[in-house]
Amino acid sequence: MLAIRNLSIAFPRPGGEARVVDDVSVEVGRGESLGIVGESGSGKSMLSLATIGLLPKSARTSGEILLEGKNILTMGERELCSLRGRRIGMIFQEPMTALNPAMTAGEQIAEGIRLHRGTGRAEARAESLRLLDRVRIPDPARRIDSYPHEMSGGQRQRVGIAIALALKPDLLIADEPTTALDVTVQKDILDILDELVADLGLSLILISHDLGVIARSTDRTLVMCRGRAVEAGPTESVLRRPSAPYTRDLIAALPRRARAGLGEEAPLAAGGAR
Amino acid sequence: MTAPLLSIDNLRRDYALRGAGGTIRSLRAVDGVSLDVAPGSIFAVVGESGCGKSTLARIVMALDRPTGGTVRLGGDDLFALSPKALARKRRDFQMVFQDPYGSLNPRHSVGRIVAEPLHLLDDAPRGRDRAALVARALEDVGLPAQAAERYPHEFSGGQRQRIAIARALITNPKLVVADEAVSALDLSIQAQILRLILSLRDRHGLTVLFITHNIGVVDEIADRVGVMQAGRLVETGTVREVLDHPREDYTRTLLAAEPTLAVLGQRRRRASGAAPGM
Repeated sequence: MLAIRNLSIAFPRPGGEARVVDDVSVEVGRGESLGIVGESGSGKSMLSLATIGLLPKSARTSGEILLEGKNILTMGERELCSLRGRRIGMIFQEPMTALNPAMTAGEQIAEGIRLHRGTGRAEARAESLRLLDRVRIPDPARRIDSYPHEMSGGQRQRVGIAIALALKPDLLIADEPTTALDVTVQKDILDILDELVADLGLSLILISHDLGVIARSTDRTLVMCRGRAVEAGPTESVLRRPSAPYTRDLIAALPRRARAGLGEEAPLAAGGAR
Repeated sequence: MTAPLLSIDNLRRDYALRGAGGTIRSLRAVDGVSLDVAPGSIFAVVGESGCGKSTLARIVMALDRPTGGTVRLGGDDLFALSPKALARKRRDFQMVFQDPYGSLNPRHSVGRIVAEPLHLLDDAPRGRDRAALVARALEDVGLPAQAAERYPHEFSGGQRQRIAIARALITNPKLVVADEAVSALDLSIQAQILRLILSLRDRHGLTVLFITHNIGVVDEIADRVGVMQAGRLVETGTVREVLDHPREDYTRTLLAAEPTLAVLGQRRRRASGAAPGM
């Protein structure tokens, strides 16, 4: 579905360049969920922006990002526009800033449907209502006319997911989608993402700093550190039997409760956060 | 049992909210909270957003006044003190905030930032004495004394949080209130800052009221914990009692929602279990 080959991203700096992604290769299959985990500055967000062609203009790239064989890095703006939304949906960390404060939930969901598919107003509204129900917004018939400030953080993120789903994309990219949310709300949002992958056969790239989130919602994991891919593989084996020292350090830094599930296999139980 | 350093009794805080058309309704942000914190111990208040935990922290810092109830620090009722007596008392309690970027003035040197609370002392040290205190506070949190001459932007997030802790410690306070003090930090840095706070408790007998949303952090750092929901402390006890044998449904819900590596390998099974169609 998506193949990233030898991707490097750099920004010009006085006297050279700063390489934020360095020779990363990774693939995502249809109906598969890929986790990208790393700390701040690891390059995980730049990788996702590159995948939907939203890198800042000054970025220099090399390598390829192939979506069913076509290289996103060499596409023109028109091609990218139809790719975004139609093929790839994006879910952001902060739903308050990702949503338009002056439009109702229904209008924002319908906007893409009408623009990309030329659907009429009434039909787009009906589709929006269906999507709000799909993301399990309580009382969707009322919420469709609510503005972002009238909703809780969890409801806003559900609207964000509905917008991303509106054009029936094949791939969803969620960049820290639950980092700003309470844990009980986070659980609901991750449940919805899990269902979308399982029921609709969507592919998901889930970017997170939280190994618990990665463990719960991804099939395979890419661990990034300072722009480099330090380790990749099935999530369970990466977290149970990490091969890179950096992955081991990440796991060791988890609170004991969070890594309790590793049981006796915990790679560095003695060196943990205490 | 030794007398508590911090004793909060039946604390309430109401806010008036102005709704559409000028209607006023009252929101009870803190609703009858009582808790005691023994000297030299760490008490965590854990809860989700809007539960009132930050309002509680602000009242303990005397940055806000309660609607009812008392806060006693070392036996003194903070809100019964005269303004002058309260000002003198402020050296005894200091705060560490969440955001290590927003809480340090970028135009001031680290030395000036760390020395700032010294004005709370009657005879604030000057000159060489002042510099010596700053150097000692910085070394206490694992930073070199020379950091005093540099500026916040030269430091990483974890180092900045150390600077904020040094600032909180310089008046030699009895109590530090930490409001989500490690929430904005990368995991590896978070673990280092937690170790630092534990070592300050052990070396200096520091008492900490630690406000957090993160149960995993509570388990790492606290001696006792109170679980807060909708303004109330629904459950209080030692960390082992509350986390290992929760009595309240809400505590169980919080514990169950926490993402851990215990779910490894369960993913496909669960996903194929829940399947309402599109």
